[in-house]
Amino acid sequence: MRMDHQLAERWIAPKSNVLDLGCGNGELLAHLQSKFGVTGYGLEIDPDKINEAIANGLSIIEQDLNDGLARFEDNSFDTVIMARALQAVMTPDKLLLDMLRVGREAIITFPNFAHWQNRLHLGIKGLMPVSEALPYEWYDTPNIHLCTFKDFEALCANHNIQILSRFAVSDSTRHSSALRTLLIRQAPNLLADVAIYRVTKSS
Amino acid sequence: MMTMNNDHHLNADQLPMTAQSGKANYLQAKAYSTTEGSVGIVTPKVFHSKVPLTLVCNRILPSFDLVYETYGQLNRDKSNAILICHALSGSHHAAGYHSADDKKAGWWDNMIGPNKAIDTNRFFVVCVNNIGSCFGSTGPTTLNPESQSNGEAAIPYGPDFPLVTIKDWVKTQAMLSDYLGIEVWHAIVGGSMGGMQALQWSVDYPERLKRCVVIASTPKLSAQNIAFNEVARQSILSDPDFNHGRYLQAGTYPRRGLILARMVGHITYLTEDAMMTKFGRDLKSGKFMYGYDVEFQVESYLRYQGERFSENFDANTYLLMTKALDYFDPARDFDGKDALAKALSVSKCQYLVMSFTTDWRFAPERSQEIVNALMATKKPVSYLNIDAPHGHDSFLFDIPRYMTAIKGFLSAPFIHDAPTLQPNQSTQPAGAPL
Repeated sequence: MRMDHQLAERWIAPKSNVLDLGCGNGELLAHLQSKFGVTGYGLEIDPDKINEAIANGLSIIEQDLNDGLARFEDNSFDTVIMARALQAVMTPDKLLLDMLRVGREAIITFPNFAHWQNRLHLGIKGLMPVSEALPYEWYDTPNIHLCTFKDFEALCANHNIQILSRFAVSDSTRHSSALRTLLIRQAPNLLADVAIYRVTKSS
Repeated sequence: MMTMNNDHHLNADQLPMTAQSGKANYLQAKAYSTTEGSVGIVTPKVFHSKVPLTLVCNRILPSFDLVYETYGQLNRDKSNAILICHALSGSHHAAGYHSADDKKAGWWDNMIGPNKAIDTNRFFVVCVNNIGSCFGSTGPTTLNPESQSNGEAAIPYGPDFPLVTIKDWVKTQAMLSDYLGIEVWHAIVGGSMGGMQALQWSVDYPERLKRCVVIASTPKLSAQNIAFNEVARQSILSDPDFNHGRYLQAGTYPRRGLILARMVGHITYLTEDAMMTKFGRDLKSGKFMYGYDVEFQVESYLRYQGERFSENFDANTYLLMTKALDYFDPARDFDGKDALAKALSVSKCQYLVMSFTTDWRFAPERSQEIVNALMATKKPVSYLNIDAPHGHDSFLFDIPRYMTAIKGFLSAPFIHDAPTLQPNQSTQPAGAPL
């Protein structure tokens, strides 16, 4: 299972009600549902992934995230999850606020644009970064709103969003090493290529 | 005049398609269907109920017949049954053929059959003709037993047949379920007015279905929908041959009225793009004739469709079916903007709701009202808005994505309360909490 999914699992309470934005084939939802009795819906636009998820018994709604979450009532979910889609939507700030309107907490993961490899690409080679976390060329990328750890935290501060937990992971290696963990902890904005945040509305 | 031949309101082979996307879809669709089998020759059966049926309108039918067809085998624990509900002009003949030289398959033959989306190798499929219809179940063309008491020969119900509702149909379908020994349906599936019946089932008999498939439907008709129905009804009612609905006795038939009603209905099933692509402004003779005979190809097509329909359908049936549509509103007894959510809150099934992008008769927004109401009360529901060029008629086309969704939904595990474990804290992902 993907790293960000493993983390999401740790933060989601059994039997809770979740909304998964950009749920793909519903891998995370299926896991949460079968293991922890979690209920909820996935939103997705890819027709084949939707059908795959439906065949797995999941509740999937075909919807473009750019259309917002107006169809959901305030506080209708315990947790709203969005894995690696924030950078691909038209208005990430509005969607983030909408997630916290319909959910008590939100779990958001996104590729860190300030990862050292990206800095190397742009700073030294003078090219738009292409990496494992950002596998597209500049002309065909769906990632239209890339940001860094610092950028995201500034957005949260501006909108009174409280950061409950944050986690930096590296896609390039799945093996945990003490030195690597220590280094990432020291300089996440430089060394981690994927950011995972758990946020809520400030009381 | 009345035949058992089913003339469902949609003729996939004759429907227009739009330029590129439509053609691609259509060709793909054909390829899909030709690889699949047929249920073969089927024989309609009759369920005769002697139990008086009190209808929503408070009138009583002393007895009634339901004509139905079945495909596939019912398993030992009777857990593999799927009920198909038909639309406005549909019948019980959903799949297969009635004889070896029958050229026309049932109205949903591309959906139902061996290895098809509704797979008759796995499921026992039942399709019922509703009361009030003219294809064999008790309706306006049936002899009225009460008319016999005057010492005279019985006459057809005609306009005396009570106005039946979606709820009444569902009740008769539940009676048929009892007769067949089916306590719980694996799924109930319907498109358009059939979708309304499926939805009503989930409210009226929540314990009796596990899955509910609502296609190209609506939680209630809009003012515009009712307006189109009213034009259709007035076409029939104002035909001099209608004779207050007693045309069978009078030896007349409101053919003109029925043709007009069908023409206006047919326009609403298609789209402007589809009609433009198929007919454009093409003229039959290539030049303007400066008269009122058929000149444009689209006029010719509509008249042909109307005429064919008028040969196979009953005017009183058309009237009461359109009223059943108009009356449908399962949220009527509830108040507030969440009335539909309240109405659907009793349901216990998993839903699959589907709409088609170009359907303006029951637009995607209407399906989304159902979906949003279900989600407001945390009901399991999946929703697809399928890109298809054929308007409301799309639900009768072989659209691979649509067929695959239904097939997947019907075979998916039913969501029970899963065993709940504590989140696994032992596996430490690579990475660092900050």
